[in-house]
Amino acid sequence: MFFESERFLEVETPLRIPANAPEEHIEPIRSGDQYLHTSPELCMKRLLCRGHDRIFQICHCWRGEERGRRHIPEFTMLEWYRSHSDYEDLMNDCERLLRFIVNTCLSTSTICYESNHIVLNKEFSRVTVRSAFNQYAGTKMEEAVSNGSFDEIMVTHIEPALVRDRPLLLMDYPIEMAALARPKPGDPSVAERFELYAGGLELANGFSELNDPIEQRVRFQMANQNRMKNGLPALPIPEPFLNELAVMPPSAGIALGVDRLVMLLAGVSRIEEVIAFTPEDM
Amino acid sequence: MYSVADLKKGLKLTLDGDPYIVIAFDFVKPGKGQALYRTKMRNMINGTILDRTYRSGESFEPASLEDRQMEYLYKEGTHYTFMDQQTYEQVVMEEDAMGDAKNYLLENCKVDVLIYGEKAIGVTLPNFVNLRVIQTDPWAKGDTSGNDSKPATVETGYVLRVPPFIEEGELITIDTRNGEYSTRVKG
Repeated sequence: MFFESERFLEVETPLRIPANAPEEHIEPIRSGDQYLHTSPELCMKRLLCRGHDRIFQICHCWRGEERGRRHIPEFTMLEWYRSHSDYEDLMNDCERLLRFIVNTCLSTSTICYESNHIVLNKEFSRVTVRSAFNQYAGTKMEEAVSNGSFDEIMVTHIEPALVRDRPLLLMDYPIEMAALARPKPGDPSVAERFELYAGGLELANGFSELNDPIEQRVRFQMANQNRMKNGLPALPIPEPFLNELAVMPPSAGIALGVDRLVMLLAGVSRIEEVIAFTPEDM
Repeated sequence: MYSVADLKKGLKLTLDGDPYIVIAFDFVKPGKGQALYRTKMRNMINGTILDRTYRSGESFEPASLEDRQMEYLYKEGTHYTFMDQQTYEQVVMEEDAMGDAKNYLLENCKVDVLIYGEKAIGVTLPNFVNLRVIQTDPWAKGDTSGNDSKPATVETGYVLRVPPFIEEGELITIDTRNGEYSTRVKG
C-alpha cells in the first residue's frame, strides 16, 4: 500500500539464478547448477536499466551458514529501487515508511523493543560511521578497516552505544565495506551506504548504486580474491548484469528484512518467533 | 576438533590448556560484514568468566572431561582423596576445586568426580544430602525473641540455620544447591 501510494511498481524476478553478486561475507546456496538468490538486487537493477524508475519486491532470499537469534538462512526481504535518486531519498523513504506503518497498523507511535522505548515517527537520528567510531570505539574507522577489526568493533562497541529512543541511520560506510555502492562525492574513502536501526535491531541496508561496470567488475574480483584468501571458493561473475550496468541511470536501492521488522513490531527477540518453520523444524 | 558451527550453550572446550564451558552464545553479522560468534565461557577449574568473539574458520579443541563414580576416602591438609570404585585408582583434589562440596562430604560416601585429563576438577553432588546434627542449642520454650531459626553444626562441620525444633542427633536433609535446611528425616 505504501509503495503503491508512492507510485512504485511491484515486480517479481527469478529466485534461482546463475550468479549472485560475489561478496566476501555472503554465502549463496546452490540449487542444481545454479544458485538461490541472496537478494533480488541484480535483476532489479537490470529493470532500472530497462527504464523502470520505481520498483519494489517482497521475496524470499537465501544465505548459507547464517543462523542466530536474528538470522535464518531463508528469510523474507523487501527491496525497493529508485532511479534518478540517491541514498538521501531512500533515508527519507524509510522515515515515511515507518510513519505509514504507525498510522495504518499501530495504535501508538511508541513501541517497546528489548526494553527500549522507540518513537517510530520521530525524525530519525543520523550518525556517520566515522563519527560513531570516534565517539564510541576509541579507534579510527580507517584503522579498524585495515586491521580487520571493523565488524567486531561494530557489534561490541558501536551497535550497543547507538541511540535507541528513535530509529537511527548509520551512514557513510568505508568504501571497502560496500561492494555495490557509489563513493561519496567529496569523500571517496566512504560509500553512500546506510543501515537503518531501531532499538538496536538492524532493519535495512541501502545505498546509492555504483553504476560504473568497470569499477563494479574490479570489486567483484576483489571480493573473490578475499574469499579465496579465507579459503572460500570464488563465485561466478554475473556478466549480463555487468553488461547492462553501463546504461543504468544514477539510482539507489535498499533491502529491508521483513522478518526483522515484524520482530520489532511484535517485540520479540528471536527470529523463530515470527517464522512458522525454522530449519530445525524441518 | 570443533568448528564455530558447533558452538552452543553447554559446549565444553579447551582453551590455553584449561577446560571451559560455553555459558552464553550469540551469532551476529553486522550488515554485509563477517559472521561473528560471540561467546561467554566459564573456566571449569577456577570459575573465571571469559568473553571471546570468534570468526568463521576458527576451530577448538574439545575438553576431554569425564564424570567418574568415586568414593571419598579422607582429607589431609587441603587435599581430598577419592578412589575410583572400579579401578581402585586414587585421585587427590585441592580444596579450592571442591567448592561447597566440602560442606557435605562424609568419608566413604559416593559422588561423581569430574576428571579433566588426569586432574580431578570438581564434584557433582546429589541435590539433597542427609547429615546428622552434632551440635545445636535446645529449643528454649517460651522464647519470645521471634527467631524462627537457630544455628546447627552437622557432622561435616558445616554450620547452617535450622528450625528451632531440631535437636542434637537428628538427621536432616540439606539442599546442596543453596546450602539450606530442607526437611527433618524421621526415624
